[in-house]
Amino acid sequence: MGTKRSASYYVLSAVFAVFLLFLYGPMICVYLLSFQGPEGGMSFPMRGFSLTWFETLFTAGGRGVGDIHNSFVRSLRLGAIVALLTMLIGLAVGMSFRRRYPGGNFVFYSAIISMIVPGIFVGFGISLTLNMLGMRPEWWYSGIGAQLTWSLPFAMLIMFIILGRMDKSYEEAATDLGASSFQRFQYVILPLILPGVIGMFMAGFTSSYEESARAGLNIGTGNTMPMELTGLLGAATTPVMFAVGTLTTLFMFTLVITTLLASWSLAKRRQLRLSAQHA
Amino acid sequence: MKIDTDFNAKKLMPEADVAPDDGAQKYDVEIVAVSKSYDGGAKAVDTISLRIPKASYCCLLGPSGCGKTTTLRMLAGHESVTDGDVLIHNKNVTDGAPSARGTSMMFQSYALFPHLSALDNVAFSLKIKGVKKAERQAKAMEFLKLVQMEHLAHRMPAQLSGGQQQRVALARSLITRPKVLLLDEPLSALDPFLRVLMRTELKRIQTELGITFVHVTHSQEEALALSDLVVVMSDGQIMQAGSARDVFEKPTNAFVAKFIGGHNVIEVEGRKVSVRADKCRIVESVGGTNLPAEVTSIEYQGPMVRILVKDLDGKEYHAQISDSRFFADPPVVGEKVMFSWMPEDEWQLAA
Repeated sequence: MGTKRSASYYVLSAVFAVFLLFLYGPMICVYLLSFQGPEGGMSFPMRGFSLTWFETLFTAGGRGVGDIHNSFVRSLRLGAIVALLTMLIGLAVGMSFRRRYPGGNFVFYSAIISMIVPGIFVGFGISLTLNMLGMRPEWWYSGIGAQLTWSLPFAMLIMFIILGRMDKSYEEAATDLGASSFQRFQYVILPLILPGVIGMFMAGFTSSYEESARAGLNIGTGNTMPMELTGLLGAATTPVMFAVGTLTTLFMFTLVITTLLASWSLAKRRQLRLSAQHA
Repeated sequence: MKIDTDFNAKKLMPEADVAPDDGAQKYDVEIVAVSKSYDGGAKAVDTISLRIPKASYCCLLGPSGCGKTTTLRMLAGHESVTDGDVLIHNKNVTDGAPSARGTSMMFQSYALFPHLSALDNVAFSLKIKGVKKAERQAKAMEFLKLVQMEHLAHRMPAQLSGGQQQRVALARSLITRPKVLLLDEPLSALDPFLRVLMRTELKRIQTELGITFVHVTHSQEEALALSDLVVVMSDGQIMQAGSARDVFEKPTNAFVAKFIGGHNVIEVEGRKVSVRADKCRIVESVGGTNLPAEVTSIEYQGPMVRILVKDLDGKEYHAQISDSRFFADPPVVGEKVMFSWMPEDEWQLAA
């Protein structure tokens, strides 16, 4: 290629490189420091290279790692339920918006506003209301409810994009071919929007897993991961927290990659089945 | 394209299923004073009435926004009828569900389900009816044969060309054994070569099956080539409905004459007449009307040459002259000529 790049190309590339550095640099620091040697501290330089802090995390018997194991299980449980509800409610909301209905705009904007309102006040408001009603917050209703105010708007937007992109004539064709509204949903709409539906589940899970502003005051007894970590990081004296960071990142990556692989193999299997029929 | 002559399309649609013929029914489709307006606003379709005879190929022809697609969608049941009635095989289906009217629609985008193979797309309506897998796939294969697509039955829609997708869409519609097949601009997405090929195919299948096709198009060429009944629409109204020859030779008004093409609309002594371009000459004719004009453009079209002229008032006309006549004495752009026609070639238009 003999064409000369313009100056803006280099400027923008530099900006992008700086952006990447700021985005991933700190995380890379955390991952590196989690492999700190036994004598090492919470900052550079690295004093050797070991898995000591991972070992500490699982064998310390609570020393310096608080209730991290139980909080992880709680987060996982909460995340799975929030993800499932986000997916189901998001799907229902998305389907309802394919036709205009009275009050539709109100539903839409009230959901969008929930993305803008500061989470800590949403959490506080819910907690205050419960208090006035004389109810004790528990993870399985107020905790889940508080997190849904955060995850649902995202699910709704995902559905709007997915359904907005879907050609309306698919549904009309299905109607024309005799499908009832449920059969339309089962045989045409759902298979077509399945990637988006899985996306809603994942968005629901990730937004719950890292959320504490809303859930914090409404979770009842028993911290979730982000709450436990916030507490621990303030008093941390060893790199064991970094090991938690590395593992939880690894966990999220595994989750995402597994999901991708699953949907990829699903498509592959369908293809194989077709060619098998053909043979 | 090889046409499988052994294949008997009629077999796929036993007469009893297609038309319970009691002798009384002369029309497959009757549209009675049908109107469509949205939210009480302007009428997209304004009180149209039309009767489509049995087993005919009918084209709804008009510019975009004339109401032809809305009319088709009202026939299909995908659009509600504001006023009037729709009858199919003598049965009032105005408020009937799309699948209960005996119509089937082929969408402009074909609307093949992207997650299903060609075969499963065609078998879809049978699956809905609860037909067993082996049986419905065998049936679907028969209909894929009808459109010569059996060899690509296991492809996904994305792996098919536009023309192939259209054939699958056609098979998917026909397997429902419609009394009337509705086609929404079926050829507009194809390249010109394929368009002519598929046009012939559509007509062949319509003739073989003996059912009515209602075909929406904005191409007058397509409408003239296919139709038993051409319906020219404009502004939500039917301008003219008649045989292709009638519409071409006897356009009722200036709009039809201009839209169908190949006509000059000329004002003669306060009357509006149309004169077919192929009846016009650019030499003085004895006993005819002669207009002094200047040649502005010449288009060679093979067997014919189209000559555009401008008269002294700047009005434009065109003449179509056979190539042999043209090359005997070829005019050039800018040449002063006599644009002429004979009185018997004038066709009186409605004011």
